[in-house]
Amino acid sequence: MNHVSMRIDGVRYDDDVEPRLLLVHYLREVAGRTGTPVGCDTSNCGACTVLMNGVSVKSCSVLAVQADGAEITTIQGLANGEWHPLQRAFHEEHALQCGYCTPGMIMAAADLLRDNPRPSEQEVRDGLEGNLCRCTGYQNIVRAVLRVAGEMAGEQAGAAS
Amino acid sequence: MIPARFDYVRPGSVEDAVRALAGGGDDARVIAGGQSLLPLLRLRLAFPDLLVDVGGLSELRGVRETAGSLEIGALTTIYELTRDPLLTAHCGLLAETATLIADPAVRHRATIGGALAHADPAGDLPAVVLALGGSLLIRGPEGEREVRAGDFFTDYMTTSLSPGELLVAVRVPRLGGDWGFRYEKFRLTAQSWAIVGVAAVARRSNGHVAEARIGLTNMGSVPVRATAAESAAAGAEASAAALREAGSRADEGTSPPSDLRGSADYRRHLARVLTGRALAAAAGAS
Amino acid sequence: MTAETVQEKEVGRARARKEDARLVTGQTNWTDNIQLPGLVHIAFLRSPLAHARITRADTSRAREATGVIAVFTGADLAAEQGSLPCAWPVTPDIVIPQHPPMAVDTVRYAGEIVAAVVARDRYAAADALEAIDVDYEELPPVLDMEEALAEGSPKVHEQGNKSFVWPFSNGDIEAAFRDAPVVLERTYRQQRLIPSAMEPRAVVCAPVGDEFTLWSATQIPHVLRVMLALVTGIPEHKLRVIAPDVGGGFGSKLQVTAEEVLALLIARRLGRPVKWTESRSEGNLAVHHGRDQIQRIRVAAGADGRLRGLDVDLLADMGAYLMLVTPGVPLLGAFMYNAIYKMDAYSFRCTGVFTTKTPTDAYRGAGRPEATFAIERVMDDLAAELGMDPLALRERNWIKHTEFPYTTIAGLTYDSGNYEAATAAARELFHYDELRKEAAERAAAGDPVRLGIGISTFTEMCGLAPSRILGQLAYGAGGWEHASIRMLPTGKVEAVTGSSAHGQGHETAWSQIVADELGVPFEDVRVLHGDTFVAPKGMDTYGSRSLTVGGIAVVAACGKVREKARVIAAGLLEVSPDDLEWSSGRWQVRGDPDQGKTIGEIALATFAAHNLPEGVEPSLDSDATYDPDNFSFPHGTHLCAAEVDTETGAVRLRSYVAVDDVGQVVNPLIVEGQVHGGIAQGIAQALFEEAAYDSSGTLVTATLADYLVPSAADLPAFVTSRTATPSTTNPLGVKGVGEAGTIASTPAVVNAIVDALRPLGVPDVPMPCTPERVWRAIREGAAR
Repeated sequence: MNHVSMRIDGVRYDDDVEPRLLLVHYLREVAGRTGTPVGCDTSNCGACTVLMNGVSVKSCSVLAVQADGAEITTIQGLANGEWHPLQRAFHEEHALQCGYCTPGMIMAAADLLRDNPRPSEQEVRDGLEGNLCRCTGYQNIVRAVLRVAGEMAGEQAGAAS
Repeated sequence: MIPARFDYVRPGSVEDAVRALAGGGDDARVIAGGQSLLPLLRLRLAFPDLLVDVGGLSELRGVRETAGSLEIGALTTIYELTRDPLLTAHCGLLAETATLIADPAVRHRATIGGALAHADPAGDLPAVVLALGGSLLIRGPEGEREVRAGDFFTDYMTTSLSPGELLVAVRVPRLGGDWGFRYEKFRLTAQSWAIVGVAAVARRSNGHVAEARIGLTNMGSVPVRATAAESAAAGAEASAAALREAGSRADEGTSPPSDLRGSADYRRHLARVLTGRALAAAAGAS
Repeated sequence: MTAETVQEKEVGRARARKEDARLVTGQTNWTDNIQLPGLVHIAFLRSPLAHARITRADTSRAREATGVIAVFTGADLAAEQGSLPCAWPVTPDIVIPQHPPMAVDTVRYAGEIVAAVVARDRYAAADALEAIDVDYEELPPVLDMEEALAEGSPKVHEQGNKSFVWPFSNGDIEAAFRDAPVVLERTYRQQRLIPSAMEPRAVVCAPVGDEFTLWSATQIPHVLRVMLALVTGIPEHKLRVIAPDVGGGFGSKLQVTAEEVLALLIARRLGRPVKWTESRSEGNLAVHHGRDQIQRIRVAAGADGRLRGLDVDLLADMGAYLMLVTPGVPLLGAFMYNAIYKMDAYSFRCTGVFTTKTPTDAYRGAGRPEATFAIERVMDDLAAELGMDPLALRERNWIKHTEFPYTTIAGLTYDSGNYEAATAAARELFHYDELRKEAAERAAAGDPVRLGIGISTFTEMCGLAPSRILGQLAYGAGGWEHASIRMLPTGKVEAVTGSSAHGQGHETAWSQIVADELGVPFEDVRVLHGDTFVAPKGMDTYGSRSLTVGGIAVVAACGKVREKARVIAAGLLEVSPDDLEWSSGRWQVRGDPDQGKTIGEIALATFAAHNLPEGVEPSLDSDATYDPDNFSFPHGTHLCAAEVDTETGAVRLRSYVAVDDVGQVVNPLIVEGQVHGGIAQGIAQALFEEAAYDSSGTLVTATLADYLVPSAADLPAFVTSRTATPSTTNPLGVKGVGEAGTIASTPAVVNAIVDALRPLGVPDVPMPCTPERVWRAIREGAAR
């Protein structure tokens, strides 16, 4: 067992874990943060995307021990009193149906806007290439992200602020 | 989805890492970003006894200028490659290719050292470093050695790294302003592996290609140079037609695989077409 | 609410969804999120071989592994596990093999379950799987349908490889083909697909005494409860099935799975709550697959393009076993090959074939995408053969809007439609004439990047289904749906639906319907579903049936509430019920509208029950079960422009226009979303996805790294619009929309690719139209 200490959505966690424990399983089963789901086992679907020290990572592709000392933001820590603009835009633009990809999609979108606050439509599509959705055909997801980019013009969007 | 058990150490220095690796022998694996290794562990396609996590060795991170070349720390992430000002200015091929690798979340974790040491012939960076004529700096129990990229990739997902050795940096030449570049990545979907990739750099002089270097992704069990096409391109007019002609020799001497994504003869065809296009773009041909 | 307030009509409003609040904040209740005291984890060992006899299964090492509570093999469970159900015996002589949830002596596809480990956590369970030793004696795989039917083929089951032959014909097919000026014959391959709902399956089962609660990521909690009771012998009333939040289905969760049955049996054995969650690579092997048909289609036409006859001979891959509705899926297509066209004769034959592959079953569209693909591909080829514009050929043959209701050659009565209007709208949005011109110019110039235009003027039958017709087709259940309304004392409403949502937005759309029917605010309605204790009756969600069947049941239940309220209101107002009229959520006195009672006031008075009329029960609650008279027939015109790089074979979709007619729309936002997602899945079949097996019967697309579900970067933006021709068979005038996009888009894309390449001698490109296949087709065209 190895000791890990990390801050998840603003709360500090200290645990002894097996080194093979995946960060996503640590989040879901040790820390009880089940807002981040698992959709595949090959790093393709992106459902488990969270922010680690401010940038997007696939939490199935990080060992919990590798996140020792890190600051993690999940979909459950994104809202700050009120919904994050991306949460609002996903809702209002109908950018989700079953919602399984949504936590990862929103976190990936947050990172995308941090990296490129004024993306073109193609840049949004390319920036979300690591997140699969089976319901929406992505059209409204792209629309929601572009809308937030417009709203937050000039600002640094998304990161764990 | 669940890796088998392994032991884990997080050494505080390159020396400690090398010691840990040497102690673990064949059953020890290096983990940096883990983006190649973790999928293998999750699918139980790899069973290391010991993971040596070098992710915290910050001295292995970042790009430095040395005489005539750039030295890229092995822990520099793919994301950092896309943004590094030195690379953007002097080794655009690496920066451009990096934007085409995997997806943003993977690029944040994946490292150049990991991608090269993983030595997947379908990976993009091996062919790029090969085309650049780069070399790899390796630290081991016996000290440091430098290996040319052409000698580093020895077989399918196999390198000349010995047990106990750690890839610490990649050295690539600074390319002058007369050099152009292009990585042509041909894939089925945005996040799938290249069926074929062509990395080309070309030096242009008086409307002609003075010198070209071409690395091919997924055209064999290791990344390969398209030497026949390089020779054909040298001295050719910097025109799409002439470079297309040169590209038509790109598959000479290759032995591409046939797999789910493409048959060998289709890969040969793609290599020829894409090399023509990559050369034309690198040479600024219309 | 006062008499003066006229509430805006909710139906038709683009309401953002109620469901989203939990989904965008990570508060969703997926099955895998469920934690119970003492919960233990199941992992399944699956056969690596396509076809083999199990000669030995040694679990002794696994039983001793850390954290392991129990290990089961098929032999351990043989006496109690029964056989997984097939509810659609399509012919009297159909072969339905035994299908034990866990293989006992023979495995018939790679991925079939051979053992189960129960351990304290999922890591320990995964470890213990590796300690189970199974010896197999390999048997020859059966992978090709035509070879499977040939004499001497190895047998998947003792009864042989043919499950059934199902024929249909109407009109004189021989006369139609005799002396026909044009006869085309084509063979198309509907490749095998993996539905790939984003949420992998998961099951939790909690036993308490002899009662069981089972949570499952399922589309069909009600059907599942009945079937689990029948399979396991657990009395139905002691079984509660809950579909919590479910992350997509697309037909893949319209199933009674081995894992659900085994979780229940293991929970019963151990007396402890158990959980199983599948990994994606496990799911690619074991979730039922879709499509996989070989379609031989012949069409006879006059020189003017008028269709005379259509003859279809289908081989449908059942996979290794018949699952819940496996044999019925291709037959849903039987009624759709004639599509929107008039013709003199039609003949159809389907042979169901067993192979040693994962069983097939419903996948978005289920039979109808396959049929639509074949007819729309043939119509484009026929137009080329005749030198006609493919839209003109379609117009010559389609049912005119003045001809509805129209009984087709396949025997269905289409209630309404307007193919002219949808096509005209699509043509304009697409800039059809300009694109045709550009395509011709590129072809003439020998441009290496060709442009092609693909057309799909589709219809489909959905809203499954009239029970009477299902009975005629030998389906094992009805097609009704149930709803109930619970009026709360404060005037709020609980609407209970048997239609179990998994992303469709029932909570929102049903609220809109109830708001209009009862005159209450949208916010005052809560929709309850997906739990057999809360919503006790239902037929669940599939076949684009929720709104056209379940939604109408809600309307009917609201109507009953209104009628009960009328009697009570009359008592309160001391008038006769006949003197009251319903207006804006209020019963008011005819001619004296100031005198009236809102539904909320009536609900409170009913709760108090102080002075109800004699003999009237103190309840406004109602339930209603609606069985439709007919299917619903959405239609539309989809147009696709594809650029094909003839040097590499790469295809780029340049534009995609969809004009759909789904009748009246309850929520345009939701409808548009369904169309987008449907188009994406249809494009995925055309360009990217295929469940591929190697010659040993190993699935080589077992992960999402190999089975290529497209991302945002791989798809274009779609231009969507609607025409609205109300359905005449239900009071809302609505038609289904869940499958329309998927049915329409696949042929539109492939038609575009073939259109681009026809000048190069390319008659067809097999799906998925990967660059290599396109490149090969061009090479073969050049050699022709």
